[in-house]
Amino acid sequence: MDIQIMTYVIVGITFALYIGIAIWSRAGSTKEFYVAGGGVSPLANGLATAADWMSAASFISMAGLISTQGYDGSVYLMGWTGGYVLLALLLAPYLRKFGMFTVPDFIGDRYYSNSARTVAIICALFVSFTYVAGQMRGVGVVFSRFLEVDVTTGVIIGMVIVLIYAVLGGMKGITYTQVAQYCVLIFAFMVPAFFISMMLTDNFIPQIGMGGKLADNTYLLEKLDQLNTELGFAAYTDGSKSTVDVFFITAALMLGTAGLPHVIVRFFTVPKVRDARKSAGYALLFIAILYTTAPAISVFARTNLIQTVEGKSYSELPEWVGNWEQTHLLAWTDKNGDGKVQYRPGAAVSGKSPEFATEVNAAGETVTVFGEQGNRIVTNPDKSNENELFVDRDIIVLANPEIANLPVWVIALVAAGGLAAALSTAAGLLLVISTSISHDLLKKQLMPDISERGELLSARFSAFIAVTVAGYFGINPPDYVAAVVALAFGLAAASFFPAIILGIFMKKMNKEGAIAGMVSGLGITIFYILKFKFNLFGGGGAGGYWFGISPEGFGTVGMLVNLGVSLLVMRFTPETPEDVQELVEDIRIPSGAGEAHAH
Amino acid sequence: MKDHTQAHKYWRENLKLLTILLSIWFLVSYGAGILFVDFLNQFHLGGFPLGFWFAQQGSIITFVILIFVYVRKMNKLDAKYGYTEK
Repeated sequence: MDIQIMTYVIVGITFALYIGIAIWSRAGSTKEFYVAGGGVSPLANGLATAADWMSAASFISMAGLISTQGYDGSVYLMGWTGGYVLLALLLAPYLRKFGMFTVPDFIGDRYYSNSARTVAIICALFVSFTYVAGQMRGVGVVFSRFLEVDVTTGVIIGMVIVLIYAVLGGMKGITYTQVAQYCVLIFAFMVPAFFISMMLTDNFIPQIGMGGKLADNTYLLEKLDQLNTELGFAAYTDGSKSTVDVFFITAALMLGTAGLPHVIVRFFTVPKVRDARKSAGYALLFIAILYTTAPAISVFARTNLIQTVEGKSYSELPEWVGNWEQTHLLAWTDKNGDGKVQYRPGAAVSGKSPEFATEVNAAGETVTVFGEQGNRIVTNPDKSNENELFVDRDIIVLANPEIANLPVWVIALVAAGGLAAALSTAAGLLLVISTSISHDLLKKQLMPDISERGELLSARFSAFIAVTVAGYFGINPPDYVAAVVALAFGLAAASFFPAIILGIFMKKMNKEGAIAGMVSGLGITIFYILKFKFNLFGGGGAGGYWFGISPEGFGTVGMLVNLGVSLLVMRFTPETPEDVQELVEDIRIPSGAGEAHAH
Repeated sequence: MKDHTQAHKYWRENLKLLTILLSIWFLVSYGAGILFVDFLNQFHLGGFPLGFWFAQQGSIITFVILIFVYVRKMNKLDAKYGYTEK
């Protein structure tokens, strides 16, 4: 069957499945809408959390990112998994015992202050909107590449699907669709990995194949180190970032992960404290399956890529090269005119992606101009270095099945997997946004007398608005998406994480301390990222980094500042009221967690 | 004020367990995967330089194990103090 039809069929089946689940699991009350009625089993919650957490970026981009960065890519692997240990040990059980619906609920009640709640709401909204825009974009990109509709149509189709199950089902609908989405995405990720590992190393388990031997009896990683250094790249297993930077980025990603509201809220959906602990374990297990496979794919793909293209003339290259040129994800520009591909460090083209030469033919249509060897001609080469090959990192996962000559259904499956990853994360984030508005803002602050029905209606309405806004950003993405993601993690690390930890582990922490901590942690992190990522406040390059810490890793510093300021301010301000100290005593012991309830 | 003696004992044991598990968490990731990565890379695990393996595989596997150990230990601790939920 034709790739296109196959993709429509497989994607269509998965969408029908998601919508079917949504209709079956409609939410009837605010409790079902916010926390799925608090009755989700730990296993189902683990699966849903994994799907919620793994976004289009994890599925499509991460393996490619590691592939180009080698050892340096470890920051994403450790950072995006290690946070779950913190979540499981330091946050999830206690927040479950506390038994409310949202993170701002905890901050507001624990610090007996609506100002603290407001700071938390602003952070939650900001972090979630930042994230969701990227997800909608991911949906659009997958649609446009595999189904050949334009990105706008793709985003709109994605919006409608998410709307149906988020607005109808709330957390309940989202949870059960995410369970299905996890199954789709992990299957789609693993199948090509098994095939490729088998082909390269004779061992079908990618985690083992990565450390295995090639057909010529050399170790794969040694071979790749050698290929990398021959071409002038850093050895794959060494990397080139400084130790300090790697340390701080990893920490910021871990602390940020543990502070992200859409992840934390998942632990409110299980019945008991012990279930919260267990489901964190399941979540990380399911995440680890993908996260230990991704670095293996990175190694296989990079080795394959270098061996396939380096020093070859364009006409010798396999067919998929031309296919991916068409999508502007791959390009060759013959800088030294020898007719052969040279892959070297440095940017092959100026700007973000290659532009190809076109001309108007006799019939008045604009057509692509091809070079002597059948390649598309790049009009924006960057001549400052010798690199002739442009490789977009997304290609590593998306083109993997073609590079390995896998059957058509595997290619279609990867499209369905990418969509599952993007949709599940988008839905989880939209829920946080709508809950923040209807519950934290309306019910808890502006309209305390709102009825159950009114609150549910406003939750659905805010989900609708949130999808529309997210869709808008998906269609018109701000070109600083990547920079904003660093900001989202930094803010979660610098605001929520310390405030929640101190709230649980330090009975004496008072509202003055917590608010001053959150504001100063946030303030300094925002300042640093604006300065070095957006060039405000005088800007500055890598040379100006404080202690050599890049903006991605600055959330760790923000966290430490928050901690320090909180402890200092606490000493000079009134003590925590007795009833709040009792509340802390109460959340520390698991029995009598009761159901998640509204106050 | 309620009597919290029992609860405080439980809490202290909990903190002790957390300290042990988080030390391991720190050692496998920040220790083996980052600070001592160059030293460990002298050794090999099959085709993996050891430090590199910890950074891209070993730390993640250890994280999963840590959480399940925590779950088991805490369930026992809950039972010991009569805090197991019905």
